[in-house]
Parts: sequence; structure tokens; C-alpha cells
Amino acid sequence: MVACHGSTLHRIPLLNAEDIEKVAHLARLGLTREEGQAYAQDLSRILGLVSQMNAVPTDGVEPMTHPDEAGLRFREDVVSGEIDRDRLLAVAPKTRDGLYLVPKVIE
Amino acid sequence: MTLTITKIAEDLAAGRCSSREVVDDLLARIKAHRALNAFISVDEEAARRDASAADRARGAGGGGILAGVPIAHKDIFCTSGVKTTCGSRMLADFVPPYDATVVQKMKAAGCVMVGKTNMDEFAMGSSNETSFFGPVRNPWDRDRVPGGSSGGSAAAVAARLVPAATGTDTGGSIRQPAALCGITGLKPSYGRVSRYGLIAFASSLDQAGPMAQTAADCAHLLSAMAGFDERDATSLDVPVPDYAAALGTDLKGLRIGVVKEHFAQGVEPAILDVLREALREYERQGAVLVDVSLPNSSHAVPCYYVLAPAEASSNLARYDGVRYGFRAAEYRDLEDMYKKTRSEGFGPEVKRRIMIGTYALSAGYYDAYYLKALKLRRLIADDFARAFERCDVLAGPASPSTAFALGAKNTDPVSMYLNDIFTIPVNLAGLPAISMPAGFVGGLPVGMQLIGRYLDEARLLNAAHRFQEATDWHARVPAGI
Repeated sequence: MVACHGSTLHRIPLLNAEDIEKVAHLARLGLTREEGQAYAQDLSRILGLVSQMNAVPTDGVEPMTHPDEAGLRFREDVVSGEIDRDRLLAVAPKTRDGLYLVPKVIE
Repeated sequence: MTLTITKIAEDLAAGRCSSREVVDDLLARIKAHRALNAFISVDEEAARRDASAADRARGAGGGGILAGVPIAHKDIFCTSGVKTTCGSRMLADFVPPYDATVVQKMKAAGCVMVGKTNMDEFAMGSSNETSFFGPVRNPWDRDRVPGGSSGGSAAAVAARLVPAATGTDTGGSIRQPAALCGITGLKPSYGRVSRYGLIAFASSLDQAGPMAQTAADCAHLLSAMAGFDERDATSLDVPVPDYAAALGTDLKGLRIGVVKEHFAQGVEPAILDVLREALREYERQGAVLVDVSLPNSSHAVPCYYVLAPAEASSNLARYDGVRYGFRAAEYRDLEDMYKKTRSEGFGPEVKRRIMIGTYALSAGYYDAYYLKALKLRRLIADDFARAFERCDVLAGPASPSTAFALGAKNTDPVSMYLNDIFTIPVNLAGLPAISMPAGFVGGLPVGMQLIGRYLDEARLLNAAHRFQEATDWHARVPAGI
């Protein structure tokens, strides 16, 4: 494999319509057939770019999830109550009696 | 009109004008330059009211340098009672019930918000063309892009519609538009500025920062924005220096690392000439140039286009039409509601990145993509650590080209992504970096990027300030402005 910017010299993992449909479902996106075809092409291209990573040996390298200096801090799990419940519910598409309304999920 | 924050504050303090007069003037300018499409919303009434209140407060004594100074916020910051769209149909009518910490802090410093600036949808883009509200135009050439994603903020400052605006930077979204619009923009160290109330894109990379005409103005703004916030789990609990007080230190002996890979093929040669001349100015001021290498930085774009979409696919799962934002009009059942809401609410680039992220995190691909990218991220960060053993700041271009034509890179996502080749490594490492005007090529501004050690914003701001004292690139104004 040759590392070269933005090129298609790599073994590109070509995605087919079925792959795209599966990923779209996982992401809860509904795509038209045309969109699916366009995304298959785009995603294959992007994965071609991404596959340049394979040229770099990374055995034994510690994964870095975020900058080391910024540790993840925990806090007490307490209610802050800084935003009023009614104000939060007011921005929802549909509510009733202090609850979010969605289509029926249990018959 | 080329008023900086520093000048406005002087005029306000001396009683030469009122905040209300400055705001009235800017609101008129915003109207006159509506064709730039720099703003998504402008609340004239609130701006006038707040300006008058600032004038009364000043009359009563007190207030710092930002008291009564008009600013704009990128439309990614939640503003209580003021529409916050994130450039998306998904949030086109969203009115947050709270202020982002940055908004709260700038209010407390006395800033008057005149409006919310346009941006790429969910900050995903390098040209501002992915905004649901249409592209922003570059004040230097209206057929060209302002850069992105903070393109509205950059164009507003460049067109002198506001002296300063906030931005956010996940892979270059402050620095690249600052470069393309000829203004100064700082991405602080990760954790320096609170992310609370900043609509999330990629949480391990997102950072908010100031955009203004000068480094001195950015210093005042950063002092107001930065600081510990218990509501952001990655906020740093360290003291905030007075960045403006640190300006003016001479540069004798400052070691500037010239990044070999950033002065290479793939950058417009005329841009490199401009940067070499800028480096000569630094040498004249006593700085010493050191050749350094960031060998893994060429892998930063591929690494970023795994990590940022992966984090985005998770962050954007919240847009389901249940708790806030857009909901599709018709649907059969809950799943159909999710799918239709997300398909109609998100634009093509956002969906593209959600798909990439979902794919990279899906069963069977996690190690090959996500884990691999996290390891590369470490190598990229280690390169910086090694370089900073030999120098104090790193210098190079902020962008490989000047502003490109609207529509020029729309059809190929990969060519658009490669715009951020010099800015992305900095986000991966979490370091601070500034972009400042260093000259012009073909009438378009060129930005120079200075990268600093972790939490070394003061040194960056000072280095940019000293450059701006000796040059006037930052003071140039587009024709017709």
C-alpha cells in the first residue's frame, strides 16, 4: 500500500447499497435510493482517505481519547435544578401533563 | 470604520461616544451588508436595550474594558430566549432555555450581543456552504467562501459589522475562516474555555475562542471567556492569567519552530513567500528560527475523519424529534419518526459524517478505524511534544490556499476536508493556536498560524501582538467596507 494524500491508490473498502442501508438504519437515517448511491460513493472515498492510517505502525501505542492535560472529572450526582422543568418541556415538539409525547410503542 | 475593542473602550471611557451610539451604528452596517449573510439572527431591540443599560451602568461607575462593547456569538452557543440554530433545519426554531457559560461570562463582562452569526451546519464544514441558512460571502471577494465553520463570525469582523465575535474550533473552524477573511482568531487549549451550552460536535476536540481584528482584542476576550466551569467535565481548574497584561514582552530569544511539513508541496507558493517574509519580521525582532518536523501530521486528516465523525454520530443521536428541535410532520411509528425527523432535519454533510462515524464504530470495524485513529492521535500529539523541546512556538500557514470560489469544492468531500490539513493536528493534540493576517496574495488575505504549548495562550497572543505592532496587515479593510 502506498500512502499518498487524497489518492485512490489504497485498497478502498467499497461500500455497496446494502452496507449503506445497514449503516443508515443504525444511525436512524432514512435515505432515498439516490441518496444511498451518493453516500456509497462518498463514504468509499472518505474511507479511502482514512485507510492511509494503515501505513503507520501503531503496535504498543497508548490510545489517546482526549488531551492528557484535561482529565475527566466526576461530580456528585445531585439535582442542580438550575433550569425549570416547564421551560425545558416548552421546547419539545409535543408534550402533555409534563411528559414528552411520542407514537405508541407498547400496544 | 475600523474600530477595535481597545479603541471602542477608550472612546467609551473618555465619553466620546456611548455604547448605544456604537450599537446603532453597527446595526445600520449589518443591515447595509445583509448580502454577506453573516448573521442568522439580529435582535435589534435587545441590543439597543442592553447598550443603553451598559451606558447607565458606566455612568454609575465600574465595568471593565468590555463593558458596553458590542459582540456577536456564533449560532452554536445557546442564548437564553434567543433562537440558536447551529446552522441547521433541525434547530431552526430552537430557543434555548439557558445561556452557554461563554455567553454568560461575556454578559457579565458587559458585552452587548448584537446577533448570532451564520455557520456551517453543526460546525461541519470549511466553507460555510453547509449552512441551512445559505452560504456566507467573503467580504474580500463576494464570490468566494469565508471559510468555515465560523465563517459568519469571521466575515462579520472582516466587514467591521462587529469588533469581535465568538467562534468554535473542532478542526480549524476558528483559524481557517480567520485566515481566509483576514482577521485574528485564537483556538485556546482544550479545557481552557467551558463547553457548557456549546452545541456539541466532537467533544474531545471542540473548543471555543475569540475572533477579532487584533491579538490585543483577542487577549481581552479570552480573559473574559476562559476559566473553570464545573458544568463542563473537561474544564480545567487552573487560574486564568490577565492575557492583555502579558502583551508587549519583547521577542528576543523566542524560538520559533518552522514546521518542515507545513512549508511544503501542496501549499500555494505565494502563500509560503508571504509567511517567509513574516518570519523575517520575527527575526528582526530578535526571534530565532528553528527547523522542526511533525512527521505524523500528514496522518492527521485521516485520523480526524474517523474520530470527529465517531464522536459526532454519538453526540447527534440526541436529535430524535422528542425533546427539542424539529420533528417530521408525518410518521407511522416511533422508528419512522426518528428516521424521518433526522433525514429531513439534517443536511447532506451532517448525514455524511454521521454515517462515517456510525460505520467506524460499528461491530467489526471498531479496532480498524476508531482504535487505530486513537493511537495515531497519540503519535501526532507526541510529535508536538518533541518539537516543543526545541522551540517555544511553531509557525506555518493556517490554510493551504487563500479563499476559494463558492461551489469550487462542494462536489468532493475529501478535497474539502484537506483544507484543514494544518489546523487539525492542533485539535487532536489539544494545543492552543492563533491565526493572524500575514499578508495578501492576489488581493486575498493570508493567515499565519502560530501553535503554542499547552496553556501557553499568553505567549501566542504576545507574539501575534508584537507582529501586529510592526505590520498593518490586520488593519486592512476590504473594498466597499
